[in-house]
Amino acid sequence: MWNYLLKRVALALVILFGVSALIYLLSMLMPADYIDNQTAAAVQMGAMTLEDVQRLKELYGLADKSLPGIAKSYLSWLTSALSGDLGYSFLYGRPVSDVLSQYIWISFMIAFISYLLEIAIGIPMGIKASVNQYSAYDYTVSVFAMMGTALPSFFLSALLMNVFAIRLGILPLQGLTTATKVFPPNAHFQILLDKAWHLVLPITVLTLLGVGGLMKFTRTNMLEVLNSDYIRTARAKGLSENVVTYKHAFRNTLIPLVTSLSGMLPGLFGGAMITETVFAIPGIGYMALRATQQGDIPFIMGYNMFLAILTVLGMLISDIMYMVVDPRVKLS
Amino acid sequence: MIEKEKAAQQTTNSSNQEVKDGYEQHFKVISPGRMVAKRFFRSKLSIAGLYMIVFVFLFSFVGPLIVDATWGYEELEVFKVERIADMVSTADFKGPDGKTYTYYDKSQTLVYFKAPPSAEHWLGTDTSGFDILTRLMYGGRISLTISFIVIFLETIIGVILGGLAGYFGKWVDQLIMRIVDIFACLPGLPVLLVLSATISSIESIPAEHRIYYMMAFLTLMGWTGVARIVRGQILMLREQEYMLAAETTGISPMHKIFRHLVPNTMPQLIVSATLGLGGVILYESTLSYLGLGVPFPRAAWGSMIALADPSKGQEILANYPNMWVPAGVLIVVTVLGFSFIGDGLRDAFDPRMKR
Repeated sequence: MWNYLLKRVALALVILFGVSALIYLLSMLMPADYIDNQTAAAVQMGAMTLEDVQRLKELYGLADKSLPGIAKSYLSWLTSALSGDLGYSFLYGRPVSDVLSQYIWISFMIAFISYLLEIAIGIPMGIKASVNQYSAYDYTVSVFAMMGTALPSFFLSALLMNVFAIRLGILPLQGLTTATKVFPPNAHFQILLDKAWHLVLPITVLTLLGVGGLMKFTRTNMLEVLNSDYIRTARAKGLSENVVTYKHAFRNTLIPLVTSLSGMLPGLFGGAMITETVFAIPGIGYMALRATQQGDIPFIMGYNMFLAILTVLGMLISDIMYMVVDPRVKLS
Repeated sequence: MIEKEKAAQQTTNSSNQEVKDGYEQHFKVISPGRMVAKRFFRSKLSIAGLYMIVFVFLFSFVGPLIVDATWGYEELEVFKVERIADMVSTADFKGPDGKTYTYYDKSQTLVYFKAPPSAEHWLGTDTSGFDILTRLMYGGRISLTISFIVIFLETIIGVILGGLAGYFGKWVDQLIMRIVDIFACLPGLPVLLVLSATISSIESIPAEHRIYYMMAFLTLMGWTGVARIVRGQILMLREQEYMLAAETTGISPMHKIFRHLVPNTMPQLIVSATLGLGGVILYESTLSYLGLGVPFPRAAWGSMIALADPSKGQEILANYPNMWVPAGVLIVVTVLGFSFIGDGLRDAFDPRMKR
């Protein structure tokens, strides 16, 4: 087993190396780099010469856009990244790792709450749909589930904003705090409540978008288990339908469920780019989208690498969970 | 003796004939393809999906022709629909008597754009005076064309690389599958944003060519799924007896892969392609929403919804649902239609599915 794990980790490292090289190459191709954007006005006014700009670019390792030049600056990025230094964000004026560690928490909060809600809603619905396969309930739930996966997040957000924030006026439109409200410095609870109030709509959006997939996944796996022989045996023994469903069938459905749900955990830190941006929630996705639009290469690199690490971590976790949960799995 | 046998044979022959006629009267022998079609059309959801996709196709490809023939305009025709708009602004103030009064300021302006739905413009006109219904049609053309081309390219690349990996195994498989792993681990949307931003900022690339690059990027991000499916199927298929038979005839490996193995992965490929179409449409509309897709005067569903972005002011989000809701509904209908068809096809192809 340890051999298998070691192999998986080695593979993960190879993947990460490849991903980092690829992302670096791609982001270096981006010509709208921040230095050009920021210095354009100064150059126009004559406050800066083109040589000054060039010197700045050399300082940040952006000057040489030829392939060997990119390779050289990639190697220097890689060595400093391995020692934990992701460089300095042009846009935010701070170390990339600082920005990441500050803004991932709000993203994680939103994602984690909607993750819990998805589990609480999607799994029971999936079970019920599979037990009553081809019933009206099954069709309704399946159609709604697919609708959730077919909705673009920005459209769903706009609809919810239109209804709840503008027409009904019961929820805030954007942002994380009420800008017009001034709280006394020790009103932590009120501030928390205010923030929670602002997060209702984003969390709803993420939950609605994610719950369908989980519901469908539960349904498919439940159906597979429900068609197996031991379930027929359980029914033949005269067990009640509830015991058959929840004690015999659902426990086996838990294997794929736990595997995939635990694999999703790291991804919760990655941020929801579009949803956060539409609701102007300062999470990591929002920061990353701004950085991407401005050509902030160190931040883009750091963020994309962070996402790739989360993905690889998720794969590793679900592999490990698969072995832990299912005693039948033997690894060579 | 011999004659007897002959007679007996004749009678069995004729009775066989009779039995066969009887079968053909009561049972129809149908081909596997027909069987799949039958199973597909039995599901109400697949039929609903089919209707939805046919509707979207007619709307986007025939619609513009009808508009052009009837009213004689296209996507970029600007209409100035004169109307008088009331502007009301309110403010609260406290009078000297301590009561709160509300102050209304009502003014009237003449506006030409953002016309409400009318008989000439069924969904009204947008902020630039374009007819919204017509733009929806042209936006649909873009979305559908992009999704079909991207899925086609993805499938070709995936079949070739997955086929080679699955058939040859060993280091070829290792190499190709590691590349697949790397591409599968790329964060999709962020990387697409970087790529699209790159293309938008290169001046030597004309704006109308951007869409071709976008297709290439979407293909680059999506081919890995196809490659994995094909490889997995071929790993299983190449151990079957018919492949042993193919081996003994001494045909070339390329012939074996693409003539004997790949056609057997068709059902899985068709299902994954159908389900993938919706995904590409969602990606494309997200890019357009962020202003990185089809450039402005051209219509795209995503950029039509972007008009409602509250960061640019709440006016359209609050007061002009006719500008952005139809585009969103069309996206949902299209993506949903493709998923219904894809699911229906999967169930229809799966011989274990019994109803």
